[in-house]
Amino acid sequence: MTSTETQKAPASRPAGRRVQKLDERLAGYKGVWVFVEYERGHVHPVSWELLGEGRKLADALKVELAAVLLGPPDSAIRAFCDQAIHYGADLCYLACHPALKDYRNAPYTAILTELVNRYCPEILLLGATTLGRDLAGSVATTLKTGLTADCTGLAIDPENRGLAATRPTFGGSLLCTIVTLNYRPQMATIRPRVMVTPQADPARTGRVIDHPVTLVEESIVTKVLQFIPDDHVAEANLPFADIIVSGGRGMKRQENFRLIQDLARVLGAEVGASRPVIQAGWVGADRQVGQSGKTVRPRLYIAAGISGAVQHRVGMDKSDVIIAINEDANAPIFDFAHYGIVGNAMTILPALTQAFTEHLQARKQAC
Amino acid sequence: MHILVCIKQVPDSAQIRVHPVTNTIMRQGVPAIVNPYDLYALEEALRLKDRYRGRITALCMGPPQAEAALRKALAFGADEAILLTDRAFAGADTLATSYALSAAIRQVHQSLPVDLVFAGKQTIDGDTAQVGPGIATRLDMQLLTYVSKIVSLDLSAREIVVHRRSEGGVQVLKTRLPALITVLEGINDMRFASLTDVFRAERHKLTTWSKDDAHIEDVTKIGLKGSPTAVSKVFAPTSTNRRAEIIETQSGQPVDLAATLVAKIVSRHPDVALAINPSPVPDERPL
Repeated sequence: MTSTETQKAPASRPAGRRVQKLDERLAGYKGVWVFVEYERGHVHPVSWELLGEGRKLADALKVELAAVLLGPPDSAIRAFCDQAIHYGADLCYLACHPALKDYRNAPYTAILTELVNRYCPEILLLGATTLGRDLAGSVATTLKTGLTADCTGLAIDPENRGLAATRPTFGGSLLCTIVTLNYRPQMATIRPRVMVTPQADPARTGRVIDHPVTLVEESIVTKVLQFIPDDHVAEANLPFADIIVSGGRGMKRQENFRLIQDLARVLGAEVGASRPVIQAGWVGADRQVGQSGKTVRPRLYIAAGISGAVQHRVGMDKSDVIIAINEDANAPIFDFAHYGIVGNAMTILPALTQAFTEHLQARKQAC
Repeated sequence: MHILVCIKQVPDSAQIRVHPVTNTIMRQGVPAIVNPYDLYALEEALRLKDRYRGRITALCMGPPQAEAALRKALAFGADEAILLTDRAFAGADTLATSYALSAAIRQVHQSLPVDLVFAGKQTIDGDTAQVGPGIATRLDMQLLTYVSKIVSLDLSAREIVVHRRSEGGVQVLKTRLPALITVLEGINDMRFASLTDVFRAERHKLTTWSKDDAHIEDVTKIGLKGSPTAVSKVFAPTSTNRRAEIIETQSGQPVDLAATLVAKIVSRHPDVALAINPSPVPDERPL
């Protein structure tokens, strides 16, 4: 798209030189909100992850955490209010109307904006999904406030109670922290799987505040003619995979991904890839791990022939155990992997496939 | 039909390097390219023009050298190109950028009404995907993001039907013009520009607009002043104080290295061992 210097030059314009003192009017904005993404009877898991993170921010600020749910007036949505409270919310704003059945930009923007203007939260978090990014962009523009996309870290600045949102910048080679100056609410989108899903506490209780909605279907211009669900069997499901075997440029040739697939099959793993591999067209874009691809947090991540550039790292360094295979002993991936083998992936991968096969056979016999 | 295509000139992020010691960006020699996602938007607009006739205006905000991006759009088939450039725009975040661009689009609209605005789904330098929704909101246009297919366009009824990528599936949406569409990568294959086209584009007189030409009077809405967000620091990722345990064996043979590693994983990480569940049937999904 068309923004100029969305990522500003480093260091040359420190935010400190600009006014960060809040107008009195804005100081009245209190509380942390998480937009809970509800569609077709389900809540997107990123919403629960954000409630976990929102809880920490609210505690740091000593304010309440609210979930915001928009959708059709069905029984499922009310049950999700309780679930949001179990995941850490103190209260839940619920806005139901038949016109909110499917996500559409205009009615969702209107209602979320209305809620913000009525209750004045200081922070509003949304998942960086196709829905969340579409909605956040419109709501922030309507409210004329700051929005930081695709954050990988959130914190409260103890000096001014502001939200410090960290995200990769310059093609994922560095990180930058972005603050919102004299505007409220401070908005951010966060990618799925970047934050940990909190433990739900079924004993937690909270308030549900019904927000009356006035919408007229006839005055909503965009109509949903149909929803065509994805064929889930054919789709790679990297964000929720337990084990991922990924290949990078070091795999040298497309055919060599066969070795990645062989190991993945033995482990019951998904196949991932780094950006250069996607750009070379060796593997489909839905398998890209990294800032411009998927964020993953499997129990085991095996990186073969991946150097470990920041772009890739931010998408996978929250994996429980990382194994790196790389010919270059100085590759940055060895600085954050847990185990490393310095060697040629084309010979190490088949050996690993063999070793895991033998382990599985031994496990079977032991049973 | 009049289609306006928003394009941005970006540094080729694949070629950006960070200085290993100072952690600063090494900008020298990084080529500027048209944001790759915007080319899909341009091609989609060109296809509509091929089919329904009409005009395409390419709009780009950026420094004077961003002219190169517009020349490229002209070579591919845009009829008109406007470079929105002014020192007052410097330092704009997405809110200030959408303000300036929508002011320019309003001016374009006054001389020839705009039916559709096209943009890429995001840029490869900012990666925010916020400016498209911002422009649509400011101009009160219908917003269709992440469009993977244009199903039909009915100019007399002023209706368009598209496929929009959403979580878990595709929404088939029908809306009225004017609308702003951000397109997904892979929606089309970009055409080639012939040498004649390139020469014609080089000779084309570009329109250059300052903030005054775009009738922007309120300078507190543009550039650094109009930006609610500010970068407070830029830094390299912290080191984890962790250095991978490098597996070594006496033989150094792959077989021994692999066996040693698997033994360590299985004994130290029982939950990883439990997660290993080989698929009973071969995975036939394409990579």
